[in-house]
Parts: sequence; structure tokens; C-alpha cells
Amino acid sequence: MYVAVKGGERAIENAHAWLAEERRGDRDVAELSIAQIREQLSLAVNRVMAEGSLYDPDLAALAIKQARGDLIEAIFLIRAYRTTLPRFGASEPVDTGAMACDRRISATFKDLPGGQVLGPTFDYTHRLLDFKLAAEGETPAAPSRVAEPGDVPHVTEFLNREGLIEEAVHDDTPPPDLTREPLEMPADRALRLQALTRSDEGFALGLAYSTQRGYARNHAFVGELRIGTVPVEMEIPELGFAIDIGEVTLTECETVNQFKGSKTEPPQFTRGYGLVFGQTERKAISMALVDRALRWEELGEDFVGAPAQDAEFVLYHADNIQATGFLEHIKLPHYVDFQSELELVRKLRREAGADQVQEAAE
Amino acid sequence: MTDYNFAYLDEQTKRMIRRAILKGLAIPGYQVPFASREMPMPYGWGTGGVQVSAAVLTPEDTFKVIDQGADDTTNAVSIRSFFERTAQVATTTATAEATVIQTRHRIPEAALTEGQILVYQVPIPEPLRFLEPRESETRKMHELEEYGLMHVKLYEDIARHGHIATSYAYPVKVEARYVMDPSPIPKFDNPKLGHMAAIQLFGAGREQRIYALPPYTQVVSLDFEDHPFEASKADHPCGMCGANDSYLDEVIIDDAGGRMFVCSDTDHCEARQAQGHRGKDAA
Repeated sequence: MYVAVKGGERAIENAHAWLAEERRGDRDVAELSIAQIREQLSLAVNRVMAEGSLYDPDLAALAIKQARGDLIEAIFLIRAYRTTLPRFGASEPVDTGAMACDRRISATFKDLPGGQVLGPTFDYTHRLLDFKLAAEGETPAAPSRVAEPGDVPHVTEFLNREGLIEEAVHDDTPPPDLTREPLEMPADRALRLQALTRSDEGFALGLAYSTQRGYARNHAFVGELRIGTVPVEMEIPELGFAIDIGEVTLTECETVNQFKGSKTEPPQFTRGYGLVFGQTERKAISMALVDRALRWEELGEDFVGAPAQDAEFVLYHADNIQATGFLEHIKLPHYVDFQSELELVRKLRREAGADQVQEAAE
Repeated sequence: MTDYNFAYLDEQTKRMIRRAILKGLAIPGYQVPFASREMPMPYGWGTGGVQVSAAVLTPEDTFKVIDQGADDTTNAVSIRSFFERTAQVATTTATAEATVIQTRHRIPEAALTEGQILVYQVPIPEPLRFLEPRESETRKMHELEEYGLMHVKLYEDIARHGHIATSYAYPVKVEARYVMDPSPIPKFDNPKLGHMAAIQLFGAGREQRIYALPPYTQVVSLDFEDHPFEASKADHPCGMCGANDSYLDEVIIDDAGGRMFVCSDTDHCEARQAQGHRGKDAA
């Protein structure tokens, strides 16, 4: 006997209670604190801040805890919170040339002003499980010394001085804001970069990798990768001048890409650019490669049909919150649509002379 | 939930959405881009409809939410409780008592009246999307009223299957101008779209589009003279209330292939049963 499906409300409440219990896990194991997540899972925190488009390590850590470590779910929590925040104004553009670098490397020059600074990198670790960590031993403090004074100029500036790389034209036009305006095509570079910096890391990585394997190859060298803190300044109307309101950690990647030239123009290297919240270098490098691939039109290159060249394809599919929502919505009931498809397929089969057995059984 | 504004969204955002709605009402069937916000429920789960509802709800409204025609499907419950918490509006399951009805995939069976607003959740607002994936192209096609591709698709269906093989999200033409996606309602519901007394608003959150049908708008389902549009449903009466004219869900009731058909519109079915109508499967 069919009983009309009721009780959705109670089912949802119970599911939420069960979820909360599962999130907590075994109660004999100490509960994670927000500070522990912030300090010891900081790269996860960085990813959530970058893709959540909100720089707040404590909130990101809270989101990770609430999401049981599902980073896309955590990013979603941050995004949903972010939309409710009032907007007081915009900061001045940050100056990454004035960054206090924890890490700064160039793959194009062996040595350069400011030096090569490896910083806290996994790069040369041997990926061997460290069972000492399982024994919960304390880590000895790393050796340290005072940072060398002096500027850390951008590598691309050296090339620019010789005219070897395309000029990055100074532009004070306020960038569009894709969190306040609908994304519309064609998207200019500022808008594309904005979409890429909050894009899904895996999606950006896959696209960037595809360019390396020949789908719109653009021969990228990491001209420079730098990670560190920059001050954020904001002009306060009551004061009439800009003051420091805090600092953020950023990862910046500038790639030096294949040159172009013609009979009339001497050859020049071209640029790709990545800038992401936190220590997120895989994402920043991916972003720079995809940025470069998307610039095919302005650089007079051919559209070879590669996914990474296709701005509509990249920008409409790079956001993991949009993607995961739409993907997972197919779990929702679709009885009505499915019923109308059933009717249609039955009708077509009936006319084709099939389906006799099933109809008889009805 | 005192930390949030009435109906969750701040007033600036609501104003932006209302402007898009007004523009949509002024150009029926035209997809208005709007700066969709991230909502605390996932994209694809009704964020467009929720934003439109948030923008039109007033404290005096009575709100109803249906999904697949039913008030008690999980996502309908979730959206209803969202507005109970953030807007403290009265809610109802009775179609006639509601002033704002948010729906996914159905139009209620009972005729709506002037003063009511029907808000649709829309997954893919672009009727031409599966014929042309590029937004820049489809916008041009709408501008130029270039709908040949859609007619070719429908014709190819007939050539291949003998029928137009679209059973839901069946495209319509609005006031002889824009081809519009009515959202994934079954084509059974298409005839209700036209000349409806209520305002119909369509919200697509992820795709950042709002469109609208003002009351008494002409809406025609696309067809051919020799293959006229036909609204279809399961050829049975409702097992619970005996209705012959309502859209039916098919329910599998045992593991021997036994099934019954029951109204997808739960309010319609319960109201009929309360009036004493009984189907063959009613207890």
C-alpha cells in the first residue's frame, strides 16, 4: 500500500544530528581546536581562503572543522558567509615588489638581486612517511638569521629593461568585480585573473598541465615565484590618506613564455601571471599558465581548439562551488521529469512494436 | 538568526534583484543577467529561486514551496524552513492561500490568481544551450531572433522518432518574440504558462539569469502545423483521489513490478481526498 511520503522535516533533522556526531568522531579522541587546524593544517587553510575569496585563517579553520576536512565544502561555507558581509570599500592595490618574502625563487636566472630563497618548501623533501610524526615528537626549531636588507625586485623587470619581454602596461582602471556583477563574455584579463585566483585548484592544475602536454603549449619558464606578506592599505575618507589595515600572505608567480615576433617586430618573451592568497604555489603556477593560454587572441596566436584557450569553457567551469552544486543536485528528486521521459519512451516503444510484455504486466 | 537581514539578503542586493525582475517583466522571456549571490545552499538546489523569493517576499506574505509538486520533498522542506528562519513569514501548503509559491519542476494544478507570484527554480535558463554551448553565440541568436536551430532539432526528432522527443523543459515562444526555457516542468504543464493570472518569475542562480512572464502573457509551445504540441501524462486516474486531469507520479509498490499512479501535486490530491474523492488505491 502506498503511503504518501511524509516526514521529510524529521528525516532532515535526524540526518543533521547524525552528521554532527560523525564529524566529532570517536569521543575518546581529543577534539581538534580551531588553532590546531590553523597552525598545523595551514596549507588547507590557505586553499580555503584562496578559493573562498576571504582572507581569515580562523574562519577558514572553523570551516574545515565543520566540513569534516572536505575542503570544497569548507570553501562553500566561507563563500556563503562572505556574501553576508558588508563592503566598506576597496584597498589600494598591494605592492608585491615590497613583499617580505619567505620564499623567492627564479628558474630563469641562477642568481639575481634579492637572491634565491627556498623558504619552507616540500620541493626537495624525500616523500618518505615520517613515522616520528606518528609518535607525536616535538619538532626542533629551524635555524634562523636576520633577513638580508634590500629590495627584492621582480625578475621580469630585468628582462623588461632590455625590452626582452612584453611591457606590462600600467592600467589604473578599476577591475570588474565578479562577486558583484554577473560574469559576461568576453571577459577582460583582469576579470579572467579574478576568476582564476578563486578557481578550483584541481581544475586549474589540470588545465595548466594540458598546456604543457601540447594543448596550446606556451613554453612557460617560472621567471619568479614569491611567497610572503604584503601590507594592505586603505584610504579612509575621514583621514584623506591611506593607512595600513593589516597584512596578507600572497603567492605570486610570473612566467616567462614563448616569444613572438614578426618581420616588423623583434621577438619578445610574453607573460603569464598568477596571484593567490596564502602559500598556494601549485595554484599560482597553474594560474599563470592558464592566464597565458587565455591570452592567445591579444597576442595574435591561433586558436587551436585547446580547452585552456577557451575563455568560456575555462571561466564557466572553474568555480568548484558552482560545479559541485550543480553536479550534486542530480541527487535531488527528478520524479516529474523522469515520469515524462518514461511516458515518452513507452509511447515510442509501443509504436515500434516493443514493450508488449511490460504493458501486459501492468 | 537575528544577525541576518529580513529574508537573508541585504537590501542593496534585493534592490539589484528587483531591478532585474522589473526588467524581465518589461521584456517577457528575455534573460536578464544579474549578479547572483552565493547562498547558504548549493548552486543547483534552487539558489536562483531563493534569491527571487527573497527579493519579492514581504512580512505579510504567505509562502509555499514545492519540489516535484510536493510540499514535503526534502529540498522543499529545506527551503521553506530557510525562509521561516530568515523572514519569519507564514507558510502554507495550500496553493490558494499562498501569495508567493516557489516551485521546482511543476506548476500547481489549481489555477493561480491575480496577486499570486510563482517563482521557478531554473537550472539551465538558456533554451538553446544544448544546441550551442557558447553563451556569446546564444545571446546573439536571441538578439537576431535566430531560432532556426531549435526548429531543426524538433524536426530531426520527428524524423527519427515520429514525435518531438522533448518531454520536459519543452521550449516556448513568448509574445511571438523570445524562445524561453520554462524550466524542467513536464510538458503537461506548458499550457498553464500562457495567460496565467499570476506573475511568473524564473531565477537561475548559478547561471546568473532572471526572466519573467507578466500576467496574461501569450506563451506558445513550439510545434509544427502537422505535428501540433500535445500535453501528455500517464494515461491513468490518480490512485488516491481519482483525478483524471492531474499530472501523475508513478510509484513502484512491490518488487513484482506492481505500481500505482498518484498526483504529483500533493496539495491538490489531499484537497480532493478531503472533499471525498477516492481513487482505487485509497485506503
